[in-house]
Parts: sequence; structure tokens; C-alpha cells
Amino acid sequence: MGVAVGVFGVSYGVLAVAAGMPIAMVVAMSVLVFSGGAQFAAVGIVAAGGGPWAAVVPGLLLSTRFVPLGLAAAPFLGGSARRRALAAQLLIDESAAVALAQPDARSARRAFWSTGVVLAVTWLAGTVIGAVAGTAIEDPAALGLDAAFPAGFLALLAPLVRTRRQRVAAVAGAVLAVAATPVLPLGLPVVVAAAGALVALAVPPDRVPSEVRS
Amino acid sequence: MTWGALLVLAAGTYACKAAGPLLLGDRPLPPAAAVVLALLPAALLAALVATQTVADGRAVALDARLAGVAAAGIAVWLRAPFVVVVAVGTAVAAALRALGLP
Repeated sequence: MGVAVGVFGVSYGVLAVAAGMPIAMVVAMSVLVFSGGAQFAAVGIVAAGGGPWAAVVPGLLLSTRFVPLGLAAAPFLGGSARRRALAAQLLIDESAAVALAQPDARSARRAFWSTGVVLAVTWLAGTVIGAVAGTAIEDPAALGLDAAFPAGFLALLAPLVRTRRQRVAAVAGAVLAVAATPVLPLGLPVVVAAAGALVALAVPPDRVPSEVRS
Repeated sequence: MTWGALLVLAAGTYACKAAGPLLLGDRPLPPAAAVVLALLPAALLAALVATQTVADGRAVALDARLAGVAAAGIAVWLRAPFVVVVAVGTAVAAALRALGLP
């Protein structure tokens, strides 16, 4: 898992620098934001020519998924408020998943911290390696790097289109965004696409078990 | 990207991560909020796939990216890991560009 996150970090580092972001910012994002999805989304929009705020809003929207994840992990982040505040920064899909898979609270807490710290380090290391390598890239388009972003988003999307509602949300989001592209400034079409989640509510949920899980 | 925007993204992301443990405590999310939050990533990521494939600024353009994403889609379907999917998409787009396509 550490290797996978590290390699993901390398791809983020390479693409971010190739998009023109200074190395200091690229690395700072991996430390301060620590979310592959949000970072990739922000950098993707920068690479497409969007301004900083057009890049940040979709990243923030993607980060809202941490609210239910944080709630699920909350029992294991226990201890003082300060410790919980620190632990929250280490919350990502993997650290939460490992913690939630443990049989008791104590091992869950330990698993969360160890996984979180290890993945934070590998994510940062990957980012640095990628960023340094990325400075050597002169023509991102010739290398097909602009295709790297939608390919990566497609890989991130794949596990999230299992239920009927998720699929409708995805299709609605994509249609809304493409329709809005000629009309709105760069980055905003993706924000408009969030309404796709509301469109999906018009569809009845799948039979209870998978819908409740998602 | 500016430092201000970066810090806002960091603060907002952290606020989402910490909301549960620090604020909500034992109270669950309202069910309606939970359902919508669960569907947001699908809508957003699909939008990102679509716009980053066919958008060229504010215009819609079909170019080597489309082939790259199609190839990446096959890799996803074959359950390739993330980096392989990205590499496949990138390589196919690069190959078409080397052949002179936009």
C-alpha cells in the first residue's frame, strides 16, 4: 500500500511541476492538503489553464467526502482534542479503511496512526521525487501528459460507480460539465457538475445493502 | 496556483477531515446530507474525466486525449493499477501526437 501511494505521489509530483507549479507549492500541497483526489483535481485544472480559485473549488468539493469518513473513523481517533485534531490530518481513505478493519478500538487506533504516518511519508517522498523528475519535462503535450489527468480521474472514478445512483450522478455530472464548458470560466463547469449528485436522487436507490454501504 | 488558494484548499480539506471527530462527536450526519455527500465524488470525478478529455479552454475539442482516455478505460476495465492506467492513457496520447495528430 505504501508503494502504491508513493507511486501515485510520483505521478502527482511530475504532473504538477509539468503544469508549471513551483516545486515548493507542489510539495507543500502534499504536506498540507494530503489528499490525492483534491490535489490531482486542483493540478488538473491548473494544467488546463484555470486560475487558482477555479482549481481550488473542485478540490474542496472532492474533499467533502472526508466528512462522513471522519465520522466513521472518529471513534478510533480518540483521546484528547489535540490528539484528535492531529489525527484528522492523517485521515485518508487508506488509513481509515485499515483502522475500520481492525477487531478492537485499540488496534484500530494504532493501525490508523501507523498507516497514516507511513502513507504521509511515502506520499511526500513520491511527490518530491516526481517534482524533481518533472522539472526535466519541456513539452508536456508531446508526452501526452494532458491525457494523464483524465486517465487518472477515470481510475479514481471506477470504484465509485457501482450503484445505480452513483452511475446516474456520474453521467449527470459529466453532461452538466461539458454543457457548461463553453459558457463558464475554466474550472467552474466541474463545480456545476456537483448538481449531478442531486439529479441522482431522482433515481430510486439500489436494494438496501449496497446503497447503505455507499 | 497561489499560496493563498493552496492554504484555503488545505484548510478546507482539513476542516472536512476534522468535522466528524471534533464537531459532530456522537451525532450522526443527517441522512440526506450523507446520501448527497456519498454521490458527490462520482459526479465530480466524472465531470473531471469529461472536461479534461474534451475541453480546450472554453471550447470542446476532440484530440489525442480522447484516444488516451479510451485506452485508459480499457486498462481500468482490466483492473490495472492506477499508475498503469495513467501510463497507458499518456502513452497512447503521446503516440498519436508523435504521428502528427493534435
